[in-house]
Amino acid sequence: MEGTGYMKIAVALIPLLPLLGFIVTLLFGKRWGKHAHIFPVAMVTISAVLSVYGFEWAFRHQEETFVWNAFTWIAAGQFTVPWGFQVDTLTGVMLLVVGVIGMLVHYYSIGYMHGDEGYYRFFAYLNLFMFAMFVLILADSYLLLFLGWEGVGLCSYLLISFWFRKKSASQAGKKAFIVNRVGDFGFTLAMFAIFVATGTLQFTGVFEAAEKGEIAPSLMTWICLLLFTGAIGKSAQFPLHVWLPDAMEGPTPVSALIHAATMVNAGVYMVARSYPLFIQSDTAMTVVMVVGIFTSIFAAYIAITQNDIKKVIAYSTISSLGLMFVALGAGAWVAGIFYLFAHGFFKGLMFLCSGSVIHAMGGEQDMRKMGGLRKKIPITFWTMLIGALSMVGVIPFAGFWAKDEILGATFIDGYYLVWAVGLLIVLLTGIYVFRLIFLTFFGENRSDAEVQAHIHESPPVMTVPLILLSIPALGLGLLVGVPPESGWLHGFLEPVFFDLEHEPFTWIGEGGALMGVSLVLALVGIAIAWWLYMRQTDVPGRIAERVPWAYKASLNKVYMDDIYAVVPVGATLGFAGWLWTFVDAKIIDGAVNGIALLWGWIGDRLRPIQTGRVQNYALYVFGGMIALVVVLAWVWGS
Amino acid sequence: MNALYWWLLLSFLLFCIGAFGVLARRNVILVVMSLEIMLNAVNLALVATANFRAGAKGAGTLFALFIIVLAAAEVTVGLAIVIANYRNRRTVQTDTFDELKG
Amino acid sequence: MSWSDQIGFPLLSVITFLPLAGVVLILLVGRGKPVVYKVISLIVTLAAFALSAWMLFAFKTKLPGMQFAENISWIKPLNIRYGMGVDGIAALLVFLTTLLGVIVIIASWNYVKDRELGFFVSLLLLQVGMVGVFCATDLFLFYVFWEAMLIPMYFIIGVWGGPRRIYAAIKFFLFTLIGSLLMLLAIIAVVYYVKDSSGALTFDIQALSKVVYSYHLQFWAFLAFFVAFAIKVPMFPVHTWLPDAHVEAPTAGSVILAGVLLKMGGYGMLRFCLPFFPDAAVTFVPWVVGLSVVAIVYGALVSLMQKDLKKLVAYSSVSHMGFVTAGIFAGIALVGNAAGIEGAILVMLSHGFLTGALFLMVGFIYERTHTRLIADMGSLAKPMPIAAGFLLFFAFGSLGLPGLSGFVGEFLSLFGVFEYSRWMAAVAALGVILAAAYLLWMFQRTMFNDRGDDEVKPSFALKDLGLREIVSLLPLVVFVIWMGVYPQTFLEFLHVPVQVILHRVTPSLNDTSAGIGALAQLVDSVRGLF
Repeated sequence: MEGTGYMKIAVALIPLLPLLGFIVTLLFGKRWGKHAHIFPVAMVTISAVLSVYGFEWAFRHQEETFVWNAFTWIAAGQFTVPWGFQVDTLTGVMLLVVGVIGMLVHYYSIGYMHGDEGYYRFFAYLNLFMFAMFVLILADSYLLLFLGWEGVGLCSYLLISFWFRKKSASQAGKKAFIVNRVGDFGFTLAMFAIFVATGTLQFTGVFEAAEKGEIAPSLMTWICLLLFTGAIGKSAQFPLHVWLPDAMEGPTPVSALIHAATMVNAGVYMVARSYPLFIQSDTAMTVVMVVGIFTSIFAAYIAITQNDIKKVIAYSTISSLGLMFVALGAGAWVAGIFYLFAHGFFKGLMFLCSGSVIHAMGGEQDMRKMGGLRKKIPITFWTMLIGALSMVGVIPFAGFWAKDEILGATFIDGYYLVWAVGLLIVLLTGIYVFRLIFLTFFGENRSDAEVQAHIHESPPVMTVPLILLSIPALGLGLLVGVPPESGWLHGFLEPVFFDLEHEPFTWIGEGGALMGVSLVLALVGIAIAWWLYMRQTDVPGRIAERVPWAYKASLNKVYMDDIYAVVPVGATLGFAGWLWTFVDAKIIDGAVNGIALLWGWIGDRLRPIQTGRVQNYALYVFGGMIALVVVLAWVWGS
Repeated sequence: MNALYWWLLLSFLLFCIGAFGVLARRNVILVVMSLEIMLNAVNLALVATANFRAGAKGAGTLFALFIIVLAAAEVTVGLAIVIANYRNRRTVQTDTFDELKG
Repeated sequence: MSWSDQIGFPLLSVITFLPLAGVVLILLVGRGKPVVYKVISLIVTLAAFALSAWMLFAFKTKLPGMQFAENISWIKPLNIRYGMGVDGIAALLVFLTTLLGVIVIIASWNYVKDRELGFFVSLLLLQVGMVGVFCATDLFLFYVFWEAMLIPMYFIIGVWGGPRRIYAAIKFFLFTLIGSLLMLLAIIAVVYYVKDSSGALTFDIQALSKVVYSYHLQFWAFLAFFVAFAIKVPMFPVHTWLPDAHVEAPTAGSVILAGVLLKMGGYGMLRFCLPFFPDAAVTFVPWVVGLSVVAIVYGALVSLMQKDLKKLVAYSSVSHMGFVTAGIFAGIALVGNAAGIEGAILVMLSHGFLTGALFLMVGFIYERTHTRLIADMGSLAKPMPIAAGFLLFFAFGSLGLPGLSGFVGEFLSLFGVFEYSRWMAAVAALGVILAAAYLLWMFQRTMFNDRGDDEVKPSFALKDLGLREIVSLLPLVVFVIWMGVYPQTFLEFLHVPVQVILHRVTPSLNDTSAGIGALAQLVDSVRGLF
């Protein structure tokens, strides 16, 4: 429906306020010094309030879609795309996640980035990110979504390379953007194909055409696969996941906001948004599921041996995103969004807690040098424990309900192998998450005495967001996800995912049994972590010695970075170098200079004729005249 | 075989002698003199033709007069160049004049 | 009859020749007063810019044909006329030219330290030629401007350029001249064809573009025109003059070269190759689009390897201009594929803003570091954050970030290619990935850090951009954002002229086999010569 006045204002202001914050802070932030956060944080706070209003609007109008085409963006030939925005229940959920977490991360950053020389710059970038992310979720066309999509990529680049004088940071930012561009390549082609097939890029038009069957099945598969390529890049799925672990070079609030709670979910959101397309292509759905489950187990395997606290969480994020794609691929669309919803909170929480830990440890990120922090930073410990339990999937935390729905869906739909791998992932998640908890918070502190002396709990501006985030991490599942398969969220999202079949959940029976299995495995994982890292601390080392290849492969991220350094990167550079030094310089310019040289050579051969003696020239003239006479005589004679 | 033929043959021979002189002599003065022989060979041909051919009477003589004037001018300029050149180079041998050699 | 005929004010002539008045003034002032030259140049270019902005306002985008037309007899016996006029495409390009004209004057305020008189006179004369090329509606007049423009550019590169300036200037001149001569031949052939067939001798572009030429003539004349414009664009493989010219040219020369001169290639294709020779153009579509796609990827790959900042931007121009030629020719391959052509024109404008700005940035950096080698830089963002910000902005504009100008044009042009051939579009889209790679890598190596040691102290004590430099960049920032967010302002000028071109080309689509057999036709045509 065409939106009401208030809603239009809200939808316009939600992205525009952070944009204003960005511009103003960039221009004047330097002068504000340590007060640079006030304006951007205020902008984001208002934006967050408005996005809650947007959610509330969706809550009141569940069967309706707010659509507002503000003005034309591009109109060339038959190609037309407006600056158009839409709000439906799916957007509502995303607004809530982005608005609330974004705001909390801004508050947290006031403490975390305190005293940094780029303080104002940081808040300016964060605001720009909020703008782009809001555009992404509010967009009513693929092209505008793409604008937000690339915009968040830009901000991700800026924030990862925030400490640009560190080589690794500037390297990681560049890598993130370029790897994402590979995905965008697919996204762009998908948009072309969609437009050619349907004549529009606006969701309503595209989906209507798809439902009428105007897109041929083979083309539909191509479109979905190309769209998914984009999602693979943005949501860090195998084989384009390599940028996300490196992205941890950015400040921790960035990791929490962009690389856990919001931006990396954009791929999932986009696939979910394209639901009417994907359900028409079984091939694409299968690919989504297979890529998801493979990425998930792959990342979990790597996470087990990482020593950097943020890297562990980064790989767990990749693993979680994989699970979301499993859900989408298996047709459990609501479960996927539910997991995205819950994951945003508990993973954001985990990152912010790890930031608090790093803050306390004076910048140390290596878990081998931590330990025993439980007493010294209790708020961080307790909130992080909530996040961890939610992530591992222990009843009744939010992660449990979401994860259980995904696994249940794979089992019920008959993907037993996927289900089994999923259970393995649950087990591994239990192990690596609690390895992190035990190494960080329990045992003896293994850092230098000097560092130990300075360990302190973070200021309230950081801990309050932690506490606020731990509430949904704990209770969100109970609120919106119970009973499984038919909780409140299901009803809420039904208008978007209109074709879903419902089977009532059975507490006693298949559903309950599946739930039990996954819960038990999660607990077993925690127990194993406890045994390995609290009891028999020499066992992990012995395992590593027994299967060194498995250990090394995990530690070295399955050598993906090394492979990429050779195959796409090295080969491209080699080819480019050959093009430049050989094709361009030798062949093309060689031909150009060669032609010039040829004339020089011919001239050189002709030089001796030019003796400079007039008599020789006169001789040539005579010779020429005689030749002319002979020729003319011959011509006239015959 | 009328008389004009012999006059023209003489003119031709004179022209060839002059041409040989222009091409082969190394002394500039001699080259200029050979040039004069060539011009006069042409004059001879023109005057002879004018005498024997009714239609060419006026034109041939006129041309010859032009050439005489031209030849005088040419010798004047030519010899002036020769002298100027001699002052600079102390020679009138043509094979040393190859400043414009490519 | 157009507006200017009623008022009687020769707006286009004034815009074109205002800089010439500046030249006269400078010559009257005489030697040794550089500040005076600069002020005079600034005033006349600003006046020309203001007039061309006014022209855009007064332009009626819905009307077909030439506006602000002027037409008086020039060389009577050959019926050559002094004809000026603009359609939407030309109007925008005139605007771009006058804008960059002002900007380069500001930017070279302190850059040139010797023979300022000659330099500013050259810049002004160059502007006369460039604006004239876009305004001329008489083929002969067009050719005069086209050639006249070469001379000041030759001097700008050859006198105020870098160490290899003579080589670069001669290379630039010869490449362009070869193209121009071919074009001259084709112009004569076309004019005499019309004279022989209709008895009327005319050089009027509008009249000539309505004639139906024999296929044989179309084929060869198209090739001749096309080669001339392809060299100017420049298309692969006749692009090698560009990097040399750019590297050796002073900043102002590079900005004008990339910002305006390259656009003449695209403009010429739209003005001559398509409407004059529609059948031949359709024949060559696969070849031109193929070469353009090669240029896109090739230019990007070669950019990736450059060690010299300016050369990197120069090769990136080859890549970006590939989108122009690809869009134009893919646009005529199908009925009603206007998006490709309109996108191509947007790429031309956007490339003028962005690459002009990038060359300005390179110039500003060079004035401080006295090196253009990327390897000698690093961590410059620390001492020069404003410069880093601007460079980042223009780099992202150039790599096609949605919301900035580069994206709209490239997206539409790629879309046009996609409608023509999916595979070519897929290959061309690789260029977009590579653009991110070479620009971000460049940015990392200059502004950020790519050295092994964790904290590199920048080796230069550098001042950040000054007010004058920021002023010269700000208009470009404005247009880059404007064009990214609301490209309609520019697209509105293009709808009508593009429709005119398509209207002319469409009949050709039916009676030729869309050019698969261009090579066979080439063979036939060669046979036809004898």
